[in-house]
Amino acid sequence: MHEIVSSVRRDYIADLVRQGKRIDTRTMDQFREVSVEVGTIKSAQGSALVKVGKTQVVAGIKVEHAEPFPDKPDSGMLIVNAELLPLASPTFEPGRPSENAIELARVVDRGIRESNAIDLDKLVIKSGEDVWAVFIDIYMLDYDGNLIDVSALAAIAALLNAKPPEDEAWTLPEFPIQKRPVAVTVAKINSKLMVDPCLAEEGVMEARITITTIEDGSICAVQKGGIGCFSREELEQAYEMARAEGAELRAKLG
Amino acid sequence: MKKPEKLIKNGKRLDGRMPDELRPLKIEAGILERADGSAYVELGANKVLAAVYGPREMHPRHRQQPDTAVLRCRYNMAPFSVDERKRPGPDRRSVEISKVTREALEPVLFLELYPRSVIDVFIEVLQADAGTRTAGINAAAVALADAGVPMRDMVSSIAVGKVDGTIVLDLTKDEDQWGTTDMPIAMVPRKKLVTLLQMDGHFTKEEFGQALGLAFKACEQIYGIQRQALRDKYAIKQEK
Repeated sequence: MHEIVSSVRRDYIADLVRQGKRIDTRTMDQFREVSVEVGTIKSAQGSALVKVGKTQVVAGIKVEHAEPFPDKPDSGMLIVNAELLPLASPTFEPGRPSENAIELARVVDRGIRESNAIDLDKLVIKSGEDVWAVFIDIYMLDYDGNLIDVSALAAIAALLNAKPPEDEAWTLPEFPIQKRPVAVTVAKINSKLMVDPCLAEEGVMEARITITTIEDGSICAVQKGGIGCFSREELEQAYEMARAEGAELRAKLG
Repeated sequence: MKKPEKLIKNGKRLDGRMPDELRPLKIEAGILERADGSAYVELGANKVLAAVYGPREMHPRHRQQPDTAVLRCRYNMAPFSVDERKRPGPDRRSVEISKVTREALEPVLFLELYPRSVIDVFIEVLQADAGTRTAGINAAAVALADAGVPMRDMVSSIAVGKVDGTIVLDLTKDEDQWGTTDMPIAMVPRKKLVTLLQMDGHFTKEEFGQALGLAFKACEQIYGIQRQALRDKYAIKQEK
């Protein structure tokens, strides 16, 4: 899926990184401009349009009745789906979800599920028969790099925006959100680490690591990607970057 | 099975292991006749086969790369490998695992030596008990070496996690299900570089560091067993 980067540009980016600089003049631990707009889609129970630089993602929440999984009769369901729309990039194609779309959805899912961001135990209507299923649909509108962080931020922003469904079976005062997981992706180029890779940087990076943290700075999900490697020191450095930047992103959730 | 009251009693785990102890690990190289390279791994109750075909001509042709070989990995679970029958064919989980497995192995291969070709790695889980992706990577790395594919180093892999507040190595299915955290890792053992890292659950900073330490040590141990498997196949046997 990665865009093809000319070798001149590749060398240019790598050379800048060697001097501690980035192609869009950011510092290594600086995100592009982040904007979070919630409630943009009225037909959804909750929604958020998140922009990071030129990357745009909209996430919508739908809450519906469902039959619980047989092994989890007393727990609501969480279903995360990601669509890499062909309108968002010349490299996205219509059809079955690509490997990248599946990975994206699963990494976002893990952050929300493992941090217990939604109190799924409260979403039971009748044990073993009827529970609430929370659908998070992530729609990539314009892809200019770092789709995981932008999608994860849109997902949690949309959840925080979610209103209870208009249904007599719903008895809770509000939508039960208890944590705010935020994903931060750290890219490695020329053995240097930087947050929020833009599209050009993604085309050049050796590897990336996405670390999802919660309010107290502990981790709830990690995913390494790309064909490069990380040393132990680099992993610990990436964690520090993810923790610091994660706190800043979380502040944007209001 | 119901959630046991305690997963760790008197410092020992349900299966009697210490927190930093690996399950019994058995690796055999070159056990399939037709594959260019193969390996069989048993890690506790996990039984995993890996086969390597290639480098061979890439089909479909339009996926050929003019300057490099392509590594293709397929991780698949047999329908009978888990308690409840798994529907055959790829699902979202196996697509993701295939992807991270490829990314775990690719850093050690010299793919640029074989333009326009493909190296296929097939991983089949015959019996599963948590840690199948790590067992699959250990098997695939040995199978690649058995196929004679040039490699910078081996790739060794193991999961660490947190169970009852204790950092443990190599989780079983019960520990994975009832524990807090699961973190599979793969690394290039000599350079100590991590090529696969996933995590779900909860770790503080200290726990993360401790878990990494445990995994690094275990990968060295696994590396030794992988090398021994290859030696056992290729060493010149003395006639008695």
